[in-house]
Amino acid sequence: MITAPPPVHVKKNYLNEKTGLKSWLLTSDHKRIAILYLIVVTGFFALGGIFAGLIRLELATPAGDLFESNQYNKIFTMHGIIMVFFFLIPSIPAILGNFLIPMMIGAKDLAFPRINLLSWYIYMLGGVFTLYVLFTGGVDTGWTFYTPFSSSYSNGYVVAAGLGIFINGFSAILTGLNFIVTIHRMRAPGLTWFRLPLFVWAHYATSAIQILGTPVIAVTLFLLVLERGLHIGFFDPAYGGDPVLFQHLFWFYSHPAVYIMILPSMGVISEVISTFSSKKPFGYTFIAFSSVAIAVFGFLVWGHHLFVAGQSIYAGLVFSVLSYVVAIPSAIKVFNWAATMYKGQIRMETPMLYAIGFIGLFTVGGLTGVVLASLGMDVHLTDTYFVIAHFHYVMVGGALLGYLSGLHFWWPKMFGKMYSDVWSKVSAVLVFAGFNLTFGPQFLLGYMGMPRRYHVYPPEFQVFNVLSSAGASVLGLGLLLPAVYLTWSLKYGEDAPPNPWGATGLEWQTQSPPISENFEVTPVVTHEAYDYSTVQEVVHIG
Amino acid sequence: MNIEPRSFQLFPDSASNFAGTVDGLYLYMVLISAFFSLLVAFLIIFFAVKYRKRPGAPVPPPINDHSIGAMILEIAWSVIPLGLSLVMFAWGASIMFTESRPPKDALNIYVTGKRWMWKIQHLEGAREINELHVPVNRDVRLTMTSEDVIHDFYVPAFRTKADVLPGRYTTEWFRPTKIGDYHIFCAEYCGTKHSGMIGWVHVMSQEDYNKWLSAGSGEGSMAEEGESLFRQLGCGECHVRDGHGRAPSLRGAYGMIVDLADGSHVRFDEAYIRESILYPQAKIVAGYDRIMPTFHGLISDEGMLKLIEYIKSMGDPNGMTLERSGPNEPANLQKTGPQMSPESEIKAPTTAPRASAGTGKQQ
Repeated sequence: MITAPPPVHVKKNYLNEKTGLKSWLLTSDHKRIAILYLIVVTGFFALGGIFAGLIRLELATPAGDLFESNQYNKIFTMHGIIMVFFFLIPSIPAILGNFLIPMMIGAKDLAFPRINLLSWYIYMLGGVFTLYVLFTGGVDTGWTFYTPFSSSYSNGYVVAAGLGIFINGFSAILTGLNFIVTIHRMRAPGLTWFRLPLFVWAHYATSAIQILGTPVIAVTLFLLVLERGLHIGFFDPAYGGDPVLFQHLFWFYSHPAVYIMILPSMGVISEVISTFSSKKPFGYTFIAFSSVAIAVFGFLVWGHHLFVAGQSIYAGLVFSVLSYVVAIPSAIKVFNWAATMYKGQIRMETPMLYAIGFIGLFTVGGLTGVVLASLGMDVHLTDTYFVIAHFHYVMVGGALLGYLSGLHFWWPKMFGKMYSDVWSKVSAVLVFAGFNLTFGPQFLLGYMGMPRRYHVYPPEFQVFNVLSSAGASVLGLGLLLPAVYLTWSLKYGEDAPPNPWGATGLEWQTQSPPISENFEVTPVVTHEAYDYSTVQEVVHIG
Repeated sequence: MNIEPRSFQLFPDSASNFAGTVDGLYLYMVLISAFFSLLVAFLIIFFAVKYRKRPGAPVPPPINDHSIGAMILEIAWSVIPLGLSLVMFAWGASIMFTESRPPKDALNIYVTGKRWMWKIQHLEGAREINELHVPVNRDVRLTMTSEDVIHDFYVPAFRTKADVLPGRYTTEWFRPTKIGDYHIFCAEYCGTKHSGMIGWVHVMSQEDYNKWLSAGSGEGSMAEEGESLFRQLGCGECHVRDGHGRAPSLRGAYGMIVDLADGSHVRFDEAYIRESILYPQAKIVAGYDRIMPTFHGLISDEGMLKLIEYIKSMGDPNGMTLERSGPNEPANLQKTGPQMSPESEIKAPTTAPRASAGTGKQQ
């Protein structure tokens, strides 16, 4: 006699409630839109990573033996454009922010669900432009598009690349707008501003920068397109323009953009450190307001990119001192995170490993930024590998590790599955070690005087370049692992309980993965955030 | 693999007056950075071990972070880093102030950046490409401009760099302190052969430098060539030297403050000379008519530098000698110009400046 296998009971959730491609492409569920972003952003990250690999491969030897100069220039340009505009800026806000902000504040969705979907389509359209540039011949201006090179001399597809970023900017503006309105208007009963998770505070500050800053880059690139296409003189002295004006406009956005990348990461780290220490973050209000302070002061330091660009020394003085001021809120955060661990109950789960890696790398990135903010020092170091190393410590060491920490932290919530404990810890260690081996030597190269964007370099720089390329292969392996074990977990991972880490946020009080409406009943908040005395014994232990 | 021993150095050669102080500031900042990095690393590792989760332990009570002690802690870790970093700010600013003020008696050398080479002109007439010969222990001031995109003249051994902009003059100065050969790099990305826009500074003894200069090309000094250009362009027909011409006299004008027709003032410097030649209507000297035609597109960047050097050399109204001419040889303004072919300095009027730069654009 054959007995039928017992029916598998799958809970109704946002992933299985509707099926079919159309149900995804026309969804207005913030969680599904987050998954759409996850897929595309991961694709762009892989593409940008391949370009990074090619750069390190070429630089393993001093001669330009793998590519021609024009090819190399296009490779580092595409690496920069894709990583900055299509990975770093959207990664945490559009994926984790989209998924979590409504859940963290006890709402059913964002304030404008269909505009949220529109943001994704705009991002896709910008991405199509960028891929068009990539497949038709590329662009060789560097991601900074400095004039008059970009407007009058470059042989690449500057207009298409500029339009791609221009379009993509509207996606960020709309997402920021959506977050701000949602955080103001849709918080659950009892959820006052100072009961909000720090992740939400960080995204609030980020959204403000996106709304205020992104239009400036859009206008700047539009002026560039006008000058290149119609020869209307804004930047090229041959048409009566000012070449340095472009740099002012570009960095007026692009410096705050660094905070668009790093603030959401800081939000993730505040959540993760607190959860895995079972402690309320030390100095909650200091951490919250330091995000706001970074957003405000971040707009006043763009001139520190122009210390050697013929800017007046008095302007340089102001920008230099303000750059020191903007570093202080970041220092406050780092010290508060360390203090949060004091007398906690610390569990070294994968998200915590990534978060500690973040603190280490971000501290180095921030301190080397302080080195560069010093006028006399910057004259020697700007446009060298020291700058490359510094901003990779901030953007990769900071933004990327924050993203990975958050992805591992909320993966069980997003997909209802646990991933491999061992492999994910191996990955965290490899990423941290590989990263330091890749970018640590570049500080030394920079002080030795190796300029950035050099296809061919003098032989005395080779030793550190070889070290750096070796590190990149370790880093690449470390980043490849999550792609494997996270995908694997979707099918084979064990089911995740609602609150596997013993965390306090509202998002952990609903099932994993959540239902389409997020909560069966709209939650009522009666406590401050991070009250671990109310959390039941942790279900999942490493 | 054949790697020289110098591959392992952590600092570039130290060969200018700025190198020591920049390295000092760097060490200060590295020490502070190392201290804070290790402090944070120690705290995190120490806490992670000491307060690791023990099975069955109760949830720890939250720390009261509104206490006086917590406030003192927050203020301490805000104010102490701020204080330390303000030292970095002041130290760095004082270096930059020195760097931005070239000494008055510095040896002036002109640099023109062009994709992808450095063209250097010495006042005495010697010209070189991607090489710069300078005497040791003498202040050297570079006056730089670009023919096309933005470049950046960087000498790591001197710890200094400055952007080289089209349509504008920037300066950079240093005092080489060690005889030797040092890299020149273009540090601002400028297209295809950016990494090939490199060269060497040769720091020589004063004696060798003089020998090198006198073995030069045999061309006239920059001021002499500028004078010949001045005459070919007919500038002297209006800019009469006694001041009674239709245009202001240029003698002794360099470095002075000039009254303009609109009541404002401007310093008569390189930028003003250049602007007045290319866009004569921009700033009219008080008491003169708007009659000067534009020379936009007629004079190359290098020709412009020679004109500027000639106008600078016109000296004070009482003297007749050039301020700088050949070594120890006072030159007479009336002296016949050098025999250098003028074609290379004066562009054909039909050639738009852009045409020479165009390279099959795709868009």
